[in-house]
Amino acid sequence: METLMAFAVGGLYAAAIYMMLRRSIVKLVIGLVLLSNAANLLIFTAAGMDRGLPPLIPEGMLVPDGPVADPLAQALILTAIVIGFGVLAFAVVLIHRAYEVVRADDMDQMKDTDT
Amino acid sequence: MLFAVLSGFLIAAIAPWLHRLSGRHSGWLLALLPGALFVYFLGFIPEVSDGSAVRLVYPWVPGLDIQLSFLVDGLSLLFALLISGIGFFIVAYAGRYLEKHRDLGRFYVLILSFMASMLGLVLADNLIALFVFWELTSITSYLLIGYNHEDKSARQSALQGLFVTVGGGLALLTGFIMLAIVGGSYELSEILASDGLQEHAWYLPMLLLILAGAFTKSAQVPFHFWLPNAMAAPTPVSAYLHSATMVKAGVYLLARLNPGLGGTETWLLILSLFGGLTMLTGVFLSARSTGVKKVLAYSTVMALGTLVMLIGVGTETAIIAAVTFLLAHSLYKGALFLIAGILDHEAGCKDFLQTGGLRRALPVTTFFAAIAALSLGGVLPLFGFIAKELMLEAVLEAPRVAGILTAFAVLTAILGVLVAAIVGIKPWFGPRVETPKTPHEAPPAMLAGPAVLASLGLIFGLAPWLAEGGILAAAATVVYGAPLTPKLALWHGINAPLMISIAGLVLGLLLYTQWARFRAAFTWLDPLARQIGPERQYERIMAAMVASADWQTRVLQNGYLRYYLLVILITTLLMVGITAQIYDISIGELSFSGVQLQEWAILGIMLAAAFVAVTFRSRLGAVASLGAVGFAVALIYVLFSAADVGITQVLVETLTVLLLVLVLFRLPGFLNLSSRLVRIRDAIVALSVGGMMTLLMLSTTHTRLYDSISSYFVQESVPLGYGRNIVNVILVDFRALDTLGEIFVLALAAVGVYAMIKLRAEDSRK
Repeated sequence: METLMAFAVGGLYAAAIYMMLRRSIVKLVIGLVLLSNAANLLIFTAAGMDRGLPPLIPEGMLVPDGPVADPLAQALILTAIVIGFGVLAFAVVLIHRAYEVVRADDMDQMKDTDT
Repeated sequence: MLFAVLSGFLIAAIAPWLHRLSGRHSGWLLALLPGALFVYFLGFIPEVSDGSAVRLVYPWVPGLDIQLSFLVDGLSLLFALLISGIGFFIVAYAGRYLEKHRDLGRFYVLILSFMASMLGLVLADNLIALFVFWELTSITSYLLIGYNHEDKSARQSALQGLFVTVGGGLALLTGFIMLAIVGGSYELSEILASDGLQEHAWYLPMLLLILAGAFTKSAQVPFHFWLPNAMAAPTPVSAYLHSATMVKAGVYLLARLNPGLGGTETWLLILSLFGGLTMLTGVFLSARSTGVKKVLAYSTVMALGTLVMLIGVGTETAIIAAVTFLLAHSLYKGALFLIAGILDHEAGCKDFLQTGGLRRALPVTTFFAAIAALSLGGVLPLFGFIAKELMLEAVLEAPRVAGILTAFAVLTAILGVLVAAIVGIKPWFGPRVETPKTPHEAPPAMLAGPAVLASLGLIFGLAPWLAEGGILAAAATVVYGAPLTPKLALWHGINAPLMISIAGLVLGLLLYTQWARFRAAFTWLDPLARQIGPERQYERIMAAMVASADWQTRVLQNGYLRYYLLVILITTLLMVGITAQIYDISIGELSFSGVQLQEWAILGIMLAAAFVAVTFRSRLGAVASLGAVGFAVALIYVLFSAADVGITQVLVETLTVLLLVLVLFRLPGFLNLSSRLVRIRDAIVALSVGGMMTLLMLSTTHTRLYDSISSYFVQESVPLGYGRNIVNVILVDFRALDTLGEIFVLALAAVGVYAMIKLRAEDSRK
């Protein structure tokens, strides 16, 4: 599964970077969303992928019954997802604001610090 | 000792307040510090006069094995006495000289810091400590040259001095590190005691780097140009830093390293030839100048060249000559610079051509100026005479290139007398020339320095055993590396050096009568020097540096995000590629066994959706595909035991799509902004980076260098965190601070979003 995930994550990275190299800011933001998905999956894969082993401890026990998936990577990804959304929300409003001033979805029109 | 060295910094910190409290007499008050240090160092003379050394060690950075160690021996004590002794007169003098300057307090801070740095430099035994103090003198010197910071030329000269000396300092640091590796220690005393420095393969590069540092600091050809420019500093600074102390730091370093690095053919040839050339260049330029401080500055270049040359020659006589000349020069040059300050301050003269016949108005100054000038010219019975005789003797007996050095020395002797005559005769005797100010005698604080320093030149000349027994013998022993017992005497009988001296005296005085014609005879050199001289080269280098910085900025900092990204990505690709090549990274076997059908389907949908999001021309379509990617990712989380993550991903993805749809609705549709070629280039870069990530993942999935720390969280989740969902326990308990930080980020983003929406509302209301 990790092998397949490597290709999938590579594909997501390629898509994200292509979008980030565009002049349109909207595409840049789409690229950023793709990039954060790719990075999260990368961490997820690196921690090892296990089916049906949620990191939960059954009632009445001190430790899980048998091996579980790596909880630390999940916690990190959870944090990353939420922060990624915060950044995205800010970026989207910023774009909207910038568009109101510059009247174009083109980064080359935004080279002036005064706009 | 530590306190003695650092006291300068301590007093410097409170100097402005002391100055404000004590008012007019602050100069004398603050001069007490160097005065006290002078007395303190005098106390070391009995201990070191037999050639032994006192070593004091204080831990500094114990972890890195760097210690603040001080070494008091003949050489460092000679310098310490000069620094503190002359420092005493300089500070007292400056109190009066700069009395009306509104920044006198700042001056005290700088000059005392400089003094402390210089003391640290000559006393340090640890190479790192020495280097730190070395750079501190460069920095304080920079601040002092640019003391009149409203003057553009002063600022430029300060920067020039800084660039030249700090550039050399950089080379010096490299040389020091090599020296420490070769010598096996950072302690100078241990390095110099070790064998095999000269046979080591690094000897030549190490020597050249250290010489680059010493030569720039001590203004040797071709770096001599910064020193005369440094005369933009107030006169007490010129007297102290740029004649008596700082510029001698390079000489000190060479003298200190002579027992370890000296004596080789390379050392002898480089030092004696560069030194000799510097000596001649200095005295020649000095005799051609008319500005008071310029003449003195170039004659300092001459003295520095002489010292370097003598250390290079390295015979017993040469070393004795070097320490004798060092002391003699510091005494008369300090005195003459202070007298130059008096000329400027009391008569308003900055140029020798403006002066003449001042002996009636300034009788005391004239007297001491004449004594100091006689010492400069090397005339019987002054200390300068002894030094010059020794120098000539050493040059005549030089083991190599004696002929060239003798020629240099004879010419220097003649021109030296001319310079001495310019300084000692021109302003004081002959017809009275109108000066810009009505001349009058200087106050005692300004006369004390020249009087004492010039008189010492006379006293040591008449009674050389005073200087020799106490300190010069010990200093010469340290430099030579073996016991030396100099027998300084005024009269050596009629010998070759004496004949040269007499000839020099006669010819020099003759030249003085023709001074104007002498200057006129060489005016053709000026345009040449401006075209190809070292200063011109310095300017070229600086201009080239600015130009390349300008070019670099235009190329790298061009303001286009995508080019920044391209540079970063391509650099990463190259570096990862090279690393993979070097370490021969393999990706192992590709195995898709065990992958279930639904997983193929989910990943296939995800990649297809990503492709659509990238290529679709409609914004809504792109955003919808983006949502599809996100939900596919969520499904993967859920399938692979990360239910919480999956739920979060679903929620966030929904919100993301909603937000994008809401906002994008107000933006224009996608335009085709890039050409086909650009798109292909970007696609290649993007695919390469994606491929790189795939390869990296493939090569690392089965590598585990360390055990995961997760087992701790799994074990302790219930006992410590009282929770059964381990992920949640980590988030709110074990790593609660992270989560707090996350909440802050979200709150900030929310505030930012709110502010921008508010701002827009207010804008539209206007």
